[in-house]
Amino acid sequence: MPQPRSPFLPLIAIAVIVGGSAAAFAYTAGWLTPDRLTPNRFADAFRGPQGPAIGHRRNHAKGICFTGTFESTGAGSALSKAKVFTPGLYPILGRFSIANPDLAAVDGTQRVRGMAFRVATPDGQEWRTAMIDVPFFPVSRPEELYELTVASTSGDPKAVPAFAAAHPELARFGAWAKTAPWTGSYAEERYNGLNTFIFTDGTGAEHPVRWSLLPAEQPVPVPPDELAKRDPSFLEQEIQQRVANHPARWAMTVTVANPGDQTADPNQPWPADRRTVTVGTVTVAQIEPEPDGPCRDITFDPAVLPDGIKTSDDPFPSARSAVYAVSYDRRTAEASAYPHTPAGAKP
Amino acid sequence: MTRTSFAPVQRTLHWLMAVCIVAMLFIGVAMVATISPLHLTLISIHKPLGIAILLLVVVRLIARFRYGAPALPADLPVPMKLAAGLSHIALYGLMIVMPLLGWAMLSAAGYPVVLYPGIHLPPIVPQSDHLHTLFWNAHQLLAFALFALILLHLAAALFHAWVRRDGVFRTMAPVPYRQQQTAPAE
Repeated sequence: MPQPRSPFLPLIAIAVIVGGSAAAFAYTAGWLTPDRLTPNRFADAFRGPQGPAIGHRRNHAKGICFTGTFESTGAGSALSKAKVFTPGLYPILGRFSIANPDLAAVDGTQRVRGMAFRVATPDGQEWRTAMIDVPFFPVSRPEELYELTVASTSGDPKAVPAFAAAHPELARFGAWAKTAPWTGSYAEERYNGLNTFIFTDGTGAEHPVRWSLLPAEQPVPVPPDELAKRDPSFLEQEIQQRVANHPARWAMTVTVANPGDQTADPNQPWPADRRTVTVGTVTVAQIEPEPDGPCRDITFDPAVLPDGIKTSDDPFPSARSAVYAVSYDRRTAEASAYPHTPAGAKP
Repeated sequence: MTRTSFAPVQRTLHWLMAVCIVAMLFIGVAMVATISPLHLTLISIHKPLGIAILLLVVVRLIARFRYGAPALPADLPVPMKLAAGLSHIALYGLMIVMPLLGWAMLSAAGYPVVLYPGIHLPPIVPQSDHLHTLFWNAHQLLAFALFALILLHLAAALFHAWVRRDGVFRTMAPVPYRQQQTAPAE
């Protein structure tokens, strides 16, 4: 006969095991560490003067959709086995945008413009990318972008200078913002992916690369004073009129790192002599307003990549992917705040 | 004939899935709580693991219908029997529903459902902001419900093993117990 035992100790043990499991779960979820920079907290930082753009992307809130094609030259096949680099014409869906969380941003006063797209190949794979017209990223790490975003949306005039004083690398962005010519069209901009990705070729060899879109249109510099006088949405109007007449085109180039080039910091451009391959032509054939446009309900998540392209040690694609997802979760839940155009209404 | 334990294939599936599901829940809350490169690594595990669980639960249900389950002790109070029955139905339900919700939520968002570079699943619902919100909320809420249910299941299993010592834990023990000198109370 076993001795009758008190249930006290076993009950304590069960409570400790269950309580410990719950605590481990809570810790993993970040509930015990409110200072952790979670995607939710990062997304909270993107707010205009009136607060976040409810129903819209939390950053690059103002934008317009396009559709078109990516025509691959085949030259990219030597670097990546991705289907999208085999010669052919692939459908593309994208978005031009103003790099600002403020939905009411005035086009003529906004220094940074963006272009994002998704290319799909017949095998169902996708390549998504979101680029800006700056030749390097303003900061080196996602945590710094968070701090800069908090500073620039705080409304405190001393916040950005204080950040800049602590982050001298921002001065290069400041110099670019002052000196780079402005243009009057999304179609005249060069857009840069900035982040480093790894291309894997058919032999399994890996090539760190960065990509850019070079406009076919000759950029025509326009003084910013003049742009500031134009319609607050002149960029959207201009691209609609332009593309209605003829498609807008860009050459897509891929720049390959030399051995030893750093790949983790998009604030540091590679030297200009790096090998560059033109992998295709992006053609924007049709512009569609965002409320009913095909770009509205997808993210241009830079971690959505075909087999043959993967992320590198650059920490931004992961951070962007995580925060874009939060932005998407929020704006789709808020869809009623951003109505679709009623049927029959004039565009 | 009264069986005193689950079939070996059922035990194997139970413990394999226990590891997978607990890992899945921890990966799930961790991946949405970080912006570090770990975010992408965890997501790349979460998706194929979820589909693996969906396949395993199908095999497990077949095994359950084939082999059944040992009877609970006759002296177990009726409310506890009821709780055991209902919680097991809920566990099976969530094991099936959670992967489908994850799959549907990605489909509704227009994301490709990539299991491994170059291997992806087709969408199971049309792209829709409304459906995405519904499935995303459900996926999140039911994940917490599943974790709570697993804690309850764990507490009950240990209660049977250490307090009641009624042979219930032994029916699903990871390694077979040595044959007892005396038969468990029936």
